[in-house]
Amino acid sequence: MDIAFIVAALIAVAATVRVVTCYNIMHALLYLVVSLLAVSVVLYTYGAPFMAVLEIIIYAGAIMVLIIFFVMMLNLGLETAEHEKAWLRPRIWIVPGVFCLVLLGELLYLIVQNKQPAAGIQVVPPKQVGMALFGPYLIAVELTGILLMAGIVGAYHLGRQHKKTLHRFLENNLNT
Amino acid sequence: MNLHPTTAGLLLAGILFVLGLISVLIRRNIIFMLLSVEIMLNAAGLAFVVAASHWGQADGQVMFMFILAMAAAEVSVGLALILQLYHQLRTLDSDEASRMNG
Repeated sequence: MDIAFIVAALIAVAATVRVVTCYNIMHALLYLVVSLLAVSVVLYTYGAPFMAVLEIIIYAGAIMVLIIFFVMMLNLGLETAEHEKAWLRPRIWIVPGVFCLVLLGELLYLIVQNKQPAAGIQVVPPKQVGMALFGPYLIAVELTGILLMAGIVGAYHLGRQHKKTLHRFLENNLNT
Repeated sequence: MNLHPTTAGLLLAGILFVLGLISVLIRRNIIFMLLSVEIMLNAAGLAFVVAASHWGQADGQVMFMFILAMAAAEVSVGLALILQLYHQLRTLDSDEASRMNG
């Protein structure tokens, strides 16, 4: 087994345990991003660099940022500034920062060293994935597109705020 | 420790999946339950990629991409549902949702 795999796996498990045992949701999100980055390094060690990049872009980059913005949007109120102040203390982000630095060093080491994966692992090049994606899996790709569109429409329909149907003159009369 | 790489990867995926499962069972905050589902999906994708590298076939990585797309759609709809729940009930406690009748 690779030493890079062991370090990344330990970081992934530790960060995920912190996600499960955390009470503050922003800390949990921070640790979950670290866990996803560690899983990305694991994917890189398994000869799937394209999947590692997709993991960072879509999971850590898009989905996590969506959830973080959502959590920030929910906590509108007077205590928001105090929460923000409490969230940005160094004691909170220093452990995820150290984990991220270890992962970055590991990834740079793996890229610079450019060695073959461990025995028992066969590298699947991205070209083969693309050929499979648009060959036998073409129907599944189309269905995924339909699923994403259903997600967009469903999220818009569910998240819409219902406006008041009262006319503004009637509203003035109600207020006075 | 002299594990086969495929065994090690599947062990990691299993540990992450069980952690997510425990979290989705014991948590009551609904955002944490959504995060736990994300952890479980991620672990399943990792298992698919490990299997793909074991056999040298591209099918596992194709499945990983489908899981990514499904997770994105699931998160957008789930967050919209949580938003409506929060606006209706003013709480994120998932047990409170049992007050909804029909």
